[in-house]
Formats: sequence, C-alpha cells, structure tokens
Amino acid sequence: MILETRRIGKTFGSVLALREVSMGVAAGQVLCVLGDNGAGKSTLIKILAGVHRHDAGTLLVDGEEVRLSSPRDALDRGIATVYQDLAMIPLMSVWRNFFLGSEPRRGLAFDVSRARRVAREELRAMGIDIRDVDQPVGTLSGGERQSVAIARAVYFGARVLILDEPTSALGVKQAGVVLRYIARARDRGLAVIFITHNPHHAYPVGDRFLLLNRGTSVGEYARADITPQELTALMAGGAELEELAHELRRE
Amino acid sequence: MTVKAADERVARLGPARRLIVRPELGAVVGAVLVFAFFAAQSPVFRSPEGIANWLDPAATLGIMAVAVALLMIGGEFDLSAGVLTGTSGLILVTLATRFGLDVWTAMLAGLVVALAVGLANGLVVTRTRLPSFIVTLGTFLMLQGVNLGVTKAITGTVQVGGLRRAGGFEGASALLAGTIRIGGTSFRVAILWWLLVTAVATWVLMRSRAGNWIFAVGGDERAARAVGVPAARTKIALFMTTAFAAWLVGSILALRYTSVQANIGIGQEFIYIIAAVIGGCLLTGGYGSAVGAAIGAVIFGMADKGIVFLGWDADWFKFFLGAMLLLATLANRLVRRYAEEVRH
Repeated sequence: MILETRRIGKTFGSVLALREVSMGVAAGQVLCVLGDNGAGKSTLIKILAGVHRHDAGTLLVDGEEVRLSSPRDALDRGIATVYQDLAMIPLMSVWRNFFLGSEPRRGLAFDVSRARRVAREELRAMGIDIRDVDQPVGTLSGGERQSVAIARAVYFGARVLILDEPTSALGVKQAGVVLRYIARARDRGLAVIFITHNPHHAYPVGDRFLLLNRGTSVGEYARADITPQELTALMAGGAELEELAHELRRE
Repeated sequence: MTVKAADERVARLGPARRLIVRPELGAVVGAVLVFAFFAAQSPVFRSPEGIANWLDPAATLGIMAVAVALLMIGGEFDLSAGVLTGTSGLILVTLATRFGLDVWTAMLAGLVVALAVGLANGLVVTRTRLPSFIVTLGTFLMLQGVNLGVTKAITGTVQVGGLRRAGGFEGASALLAGTIRIGGTSFRVAILWWLLVTAVATWVLMRSRAGNWIFAVGGDERAARAVGVPAARTKIALFMTTAFAAWLVGSILALRYTSVQANIGIGQEFIYIIAAVIGGCLLTGGYGSAVGAAIGAVIFGMADKGIVFLGWDADWFKFFLGAMLLLATLANRLVRRYAEEVRH
C-alpha cells in the first residue's frame, strides 16, 4: 500500500465530519470513493491531500505513519490532488498552469520555452489533443481541463493521484474521456483515488470501492465482490431508495 | 458544460488575433489617439522639448502605475501608495535637514519605513483575509494623519524644505532628480528609472517563477495555494514592491523640489489604479501587464501637459481622466471577451 488510513477521523468544532474510515490504495490500482453529498468524501481527500490534519486514527504513506503539514508536503511525498473546482486558473495559459508551483528554472529565470515544449509533449503523451498550449485554460472544456490537470500530476512524479469528482460536471462523452485518462494513469503505475457520486463512472475503472455515508465507512469492496446494481443500491442507501420508489408510486 | 471536440473545426489564430489578446492593446491604441489629437493642434507638443515635458509626469506616475499593476494582477489594491510617496519624501527631508543626517542615510531610513508599511499592509491582508481595499484605506488615513501631525510637530508648518543644504544632496539629486541631454534636449533622469522599473517588472511577470505566481494568486488564490504556490509570500512581496516604488517616487520628487508638502500624494492612489486599468489590468486580478500600465501613464502625461499646451483650463484634465477610465474598462472587457470567444 502506498497510501493507507486506519480508523481516521476529523471533527470541526462539534461536527464529526469523518469517523473511523480505513482504506488503502496500491500502485497500479484505482480505489473509488463513493458517497452522496455530505458523506465525508471531501473531508477524507482533504486529509489525504494535506489540506486538513486528521485528529483521530493514523495516516500511512509507504507503511510509515505521517502527518501531512501542507499540500506542499503531500506533493513532496508524491500525493497529487486534482480538485474539481479549483484545478486550474482560467485566465492563465495551459503551459503556465501546467507548471504552476513547480516552474522549471534556467538560472534565475522561469524556463519559458522548455515549459511550453514539455507541456505540449506531455499532453500529447497522455493522448490529450490541445489545440494550442498558449490558450487560456478558461477556454478549454471541463473534460480537457481535468485531463490537463491529470497529465500535470503524472508529469510531476505523482505516485498517488487523488481525483475529486473529476466527472461530475461533465457530459457523457467528456466523462468517458476523463475515465480513459484515469485508466492511462493507472497503467503508468500510479495509485489512483477516484472520488465520485456516480457508480456508473466508478464501476468500469475501479479495482476497489469504498462507500461513505454520513461521515463513516459503510464498506470496502473488491470489484469481484460487487455488482454495479449493488453498488448503486448501497450508495443511495438501498432501503431509502425503495422507500422513495414506494412513496412516488401512483396510488 | 458542453461537449466539444478539440479539433480541426477551430481555425488557427492569425497574427492580428494574437495581437488583440495582449492586455496592453487598448492602451497602445489610446496612446496613439491621444498623441495624434494633441500633436495635430500643438507643434510644441510634438517637439522634442514638448515630449520631454510630458514624459516627465508620465515617468513618476508610471513607476507607481507599474508597481500597482503588479499588485492588481496579484489581486490586491493599495490605496496607501500615494500617501506613502509623501511619507518617504517627508522622512528624507526631515532627517536630512532637522536631524543632520546626510541625504543617503535619510533615504535609506525612508526606504526602511516604506518597506515596513508595505510589509504591514501585506501581513494584515494575508493574515486576516480582509479586502485590501479596506486594509489599505486604513493605512492611507493613518499615514495621512502621521504625515501632517509629525510635520506640524517638528516644523510648526505643513511642509519641510531646505534639502539643498544637506550633505550628499548633489550626488543623490543627480542620480534621481537630474537631467540628461539627448540630441540637444534635456530629459529628466526619472524617465530612465521609469523605463528600468517597467523592464524589470515585465521580466518578472513574463519570465520568472514569481511572475507565474502573481498571475496565479490574482486569478484564483485557492487554486494557486493547492498546487503549492506560496500565496501569502507572493502578496506580501507585491505590497512591498509597491511600497518600494512609493519610496523611489517620493525620493525623486523630494530631491527635485527640495521640499515636501505634508499633504502630498493624497488622491494619487486612484490615478495609479486608473493608469493600470487603462493598461489592461482587470479590477478582479489575474490579468494585466506592466508595459500597459506604463503606457497608461504616458496617456496621463500627454493629457496633463497637452491640455496646458492647448491653453485649456486644467480642470478639463479631471474630465479626461474619468472618460479614459470608462473607455478603457469597456475596451478591456470587449478585448477579453473577443479573445476568449475566438478560441472557443
């Protein structure tokens, strides 16, 4: 396991945001974290990404207990996070975004020509067809933005890639494109943690599935042990869904 | 979000379109128009002497506008920048004339105080997350009070003067407030400082890591932080850069006039912001250019002196200022929208 949590928890004031969640992900594996809004998905990834400090349980990187002090700290350990909403800076060009925070230097200067060239090459290597690396990221589609962010994380030597709802704002076709890049990152030997509330996106690409509900784990399943139907039912809280169907039925 | 293919349906951008997406384009067009307007009516305006004349206010304003532009690209404002030029000048003249320091040491003291004010602005803004508009409005009022209060307490009047008699004046004056002759016309040396500041700022913005961070913290601070950009340090450095520019301009003006009014610089802060906006800076941050701000300052210099050359009442300058600001903001919006549309 590259990244592992054991009975990890986090409280904000009187709110128990996350309780006793255990999970782990190995290289070349995709762990899908599923849950409805408010299930604790974002708290969990913010702990893994170094944004929040956990206050219960243990966090292990390469089997060694750690406390991540900042997003930078997480990055230095090879844990890269791609957020749904704040992955990119819209007014900045693709290549500037690609190297943001880790700009290559030549002497004192930002090696601009190298940044442009590497960004173009890396995007092509991931099979991402960007018209022009000089264009502002704001002009890219949602799927293209996610793809650029993934390519960036891969290039900067991420071993663990955390993707926060990368497909949730996308149409069917664009979501498919992003899922393909997730698979490609996995094939390059990265451990991927894929957060989503859509079981149809999770099932085709996931090796393991962690289900969260109301801040705690309701189970972790290997792909072989669960069908997409069961996954959907578990996620929505099967009983609740049946109740709803009953309620909505015509009298 | 719409499904959209990245492909052959998008035409390559022509050179004209590449040009139009530059933030300083509006300012260049504006500068050409303003120059043509005044030059057509006043032969003095287009003579070398005339050019030297209107480049001078452009230079002192431009140094500030360029620093303020960097700060605005970084997503913050500094309303205390104008008054800080006064504070720096007052410290220089007061220490050199009342406390027996030579001009160089007095300037160094002014620099330390100015940088401390910039640091304080930056620390308060980054620590409290209050809008810099409010924080620096506070600094603005406090400095205004200190400038007047301390000057009155020391001199009994609202100005300090007599810098010419202080030790080291000749050298400092030649360096910051002197003139150079180019082709028989004398130009203020401040113009060179302005060009230097613009060149350095442009290099930092376009060709350094710090420049990437400045665009990023102004564009989306949370996103920048998430990829490891030291956002607080970047912003504090920007406030200190503005403070440095205020010190430079304050010292240039103090050495030039050898005396400083305690109320100098009040109201200038908005002119710096306006020049930066004319130069293509967005009020919301994350976009703009140092060269644009420098050209914005040229437009001001031309209008300031041009109105006098034409024999108009100087009050028209204010009207011009407002009209330019509106036009520039509209033009910026159009240019940006156009730039983003053609690439969609």
